[in-house]
Amino acid sequence: MSDPMAEIRASFFIECEELLESLQDGLQMMDDGDTDSETINVVFRAVHSIKGGAGAFGLDDLVRFAHRFETAMDEVRTGRFIPDSEAIRLFFACADILGDLVRAARDDETVSEDITGPALEKIDVLVGLEEEEEEELDFTPATLSFDLDVGGDLGGLPDLPDLSDFPLASDTDEELPDLSPAEDLPSSGGPKGFLVVFKPEDSLYASGNEPLYLFRALRDLGDISVVCKTGQLPDLNSLNPDTGYLSWTATVHTEEPELSVREVFEFVDGLCLLEISPLSGGTAAARPNLTPSVPKPTATPQPVQAASVDSAPSHPVPLETPSQAEIETPSAPAAPIAKAQQKSVPIATVSDAAEDDVAIASPSTSSGPTKTTGTPTQPRATVRVDLERIDRLVNLVGELVINQAMLSQSVAEAGLPPNSPVSTGLEEFLQLTRDIQESVMMIRAQPIKSLFQRMGRIVRESSASVGKEVRLHTDGENTEVDKTVIERLADPLTHMIRNAVDHGLESPEARIAAGKPREGHVTLTAQHRSGRIVIEVADDGAGINRERVKEKAIEKGLISADAQLSDADIDNLLFLPGFSTASAISNLSGRGVGMDVVRSSIQSLGGRINITSQEGKGTTFSISLPLTLAVLDGMVVRVADETLVVPLNAILETLTLTDEDLKALGPETHVVQIRGGFVPLLDLGAELGYRSPLESYVGGIVLLIGQEDGNRAALAVDAIEDQRQVVIKGLEGSYGRVPGIAAATILGDGQIALILDPMDLVSQASGRTKTRQPQHSLVG
Amino acid sequence: MSLEVLAVDDSRTMRDMLNLALSSAGFTAHLAEDGVHGLEVLEDIEPDVIITDINMPRMDGFGFIDAVRSEEKWSRIPILVLTTESADELKAKARAAGATGWIVKPFDPAKLVKALQMVAG
Repeated sequence: MSDPMAEIRASFFIECEELLESLQDGLQMMDDGDTDSETINVVFRAVHSIKGGAGAFGLDDLVRFAHRFETAMDEVRTGRFIPDSEAIRLFFACADILGDLVRAARDDETVSEDITGPALEKIDVLVGLEEEEEEELDFTPATLSFDLDVGGDLGGLPDLPDLSDFPLASDTDEELPDLSPAEDLPSSGGPKGFLVVFKPEDSLYASGNEPLYLFRALRDLGDISVVCKTGQLPDLNSLNPDTGYLSWTATVHTEEPELSVREVFEFVDGLCLLEISPLSGGTAAARPNLTPSVPKPTATPQPVQAASVDSAPSHPVPLETPSQAEIETPSAPAAPIAKAQQKSVPIATVSDAAEDDVAIASPSTSSGPTKTTGTPTQPRATVRVDLERIDRLVNLVGELVINQAMLSQSVAEAGLPPNSPVSTGLEEFLQLTRDIQESVMMIRAQPIKSLFQRMGRIVRESSASVGKEVRLHTDGENTEVDKTVIERLADPLTHMIRNAVDHGLESPEARIAAGKPREGHVTLTAQHRSGRIVIEVADDGAGINRERVKEKAIEKGLISADAQLSDADIDNLLFLPGFSTASAISNLSGRGVGMDVVRSSIQSLGGRINITSQEGKGTTFSISLPLTLAVLDGMVVRVADETLVVPLNAILETLTLTDEDLKALGPETHVVQIRGGFVPLLDLGAELGYRSPLESYVGGIVLLIGQEDGNRAALAVDAIEDQRQVVIKGLEGSYGRVPGIAAATILGDGQIALILDPMDLVSQASGRTKTRQPQHSLVG
Repeated sequence: MSLEVLAVDDSRTMRDMLNLALSSAGFTAHLAEDGVHGLEVLEDIEPDVIITDINMPRMDGFGFIDAVRSEEKWSRIPILVLTTESADELKAKARAAGATGWIVKPFDPAKLVKALQMVAG
């Protein structure tokens, strides 16, 4: 059996992530002005639950931080502290640190006190709390360790009726010798034990407490004898079922301190009259064999031997010796007495009622309608599955897609009419394959929310570091995206958010001067659009200063001084490697730090990135990604008798070249004139080494490949064959990275076709072209 | 003796732990994630004792205890409140709501079992 605590621990960290998510959500809502108590409660609960679990695992750092954070949130919850936006900002920071602590605890790492300390101090100051050193100590958690043998021990616990080990008064003499050695200990200044006088108030019964169980717990401390005082019991007719008439005196012989005795009565403290006094030395009471004498001081009632607790209802209980019944009574505090009263039967019935009480519970153990003995009621039906298994399924579905393509091809080759049963059956098969594929991909999909929440922190931290006031808005966080895509988006998105805060947004002063609100806004949205995921990062900053960008690009030799660039072209310069460094744009409201890196990360996911910018209004980066990394829509083309697949998302348009479109710049260099601009022509066959360049491309087909950086190229191919979904088969595992080639796929006829990475191909060619033709810019 | 216990807590971790502690002790554990869910479970089973967290969504522990106590058939089921605080105020509040006793989180499984036996045999 695997270690159950380790499993719970692992599941605790998963729950923590969920709680951190609700914490962020709640704080965001508070930040948006939501003062609903449930919103605040959600925040409080999240911190509280993290603390609770952390305590159980002895994660002290986490507990300590969560405790102080929770205390602050409690101030908010109770309305003693009304947070302003500054306070909420601090709460956000604390939530971030709490997340760090959770992850550190999970990975057996630590978070520096330089990080946690100042945040805690700030929070204490903010909500006006003194440092709670004492309480901190007070909360030193007792680490849980489950001794799984406990069950065995408990198995031996006596069942309710089995109270035979309560010492009979007559038995105590016999047991005396056993106790003597202990009493002879030098430290013992007399008899060990306590006299407990216990008189429940009515409220004790109402709270569900049960004197019988208390005496049983007392018995665990040592030998015990109990006397019930029945003097106040009225006659049956005037008995009020809601009133407690009985009181008890118990003598406990124990080595345990008084505290242990008090602990037994912890729950009823305040609900009863309780006197605990040490058994006085030197008197007869000190000796176990004197037990029978104990009742004497308490007196009027008849002494009742504790053993009678044990007595079954079968024992005849005459009314004039109600003792036994009274001892039984506690099992069935108010209602059974009421029962007895209603029935107007002798009090002995109370014992029966008590039995009933026990019996009520018993049938339930075997008869509940939706009995789930042993299997706890499960709150939600989810299954945790190893990612590998899902990936295997994804691969199999890939094979299925290939298989289906092969089948389609065979059917086509066999020349079956489209309305033949085989063709229609195949059509359905095709649809099913697609459905299965989508369903499988959905298993891998998860809401992009977790990623967006991480961006909240980036905004908070980067805005604090540059002294700007920034608010992040998110939309479409429930959009589901492939898990791998989410993971691989984290870095580029972080970069983009940072850029938006650092460079996209103006300083508060500049914003005010421009007639904008002090606080800048960054909006992060995700949505599904025509089979792709579109993620946008928008700011309401000053927009790209195109003059400055252009100057910079000329300065850096990225474009020629006389280059005619459209606004979009200029914007896209930001994606050029080496366009900018931090120093180059630190005073600009432009951007560019590492945007080439961002672009290549997005491209490696099969995505595109676009910029739109409006001066004074802001800039929007738009990322478009395929839904999955396993399958892509491609155009199947032929070049020099080879079949290749070009990802559809890279193709802007396809053209047939005319004489006028083509301009020769040299023996092997051509450009294509497209709507007034010139685009270099790349002969795919020659680029890939399949054949030498053609003499003429007139009448040839080109694919216009567009890159969001403004690099465009026309890829000359021999023929376009088909447009279809292909399964991506990685090559890197076997061949390493092949320039210009993204992956491979298996076509319907079983043939293997390479999937091009056109962007890579173009940028490689552009490198060469630039060397050969330095006077020509590729941009435009 | 084997008790049948209903444990109500919105934290999955806490439910897992209660489940482990209770089943390790030979008890039968029924779990619910908040007060509303707890009442639903109560319709199906009759536990010997209930353990409940206080701060939960939908229906908190106080509301839950109140609902249990106001139903005649459940009114005498002992209820232990799970709390991270040992503040007297909280105890008083729990008691006022009708709780039988309390368990301070993080709980020691042995103490939990002891407390259960204290209130439910």
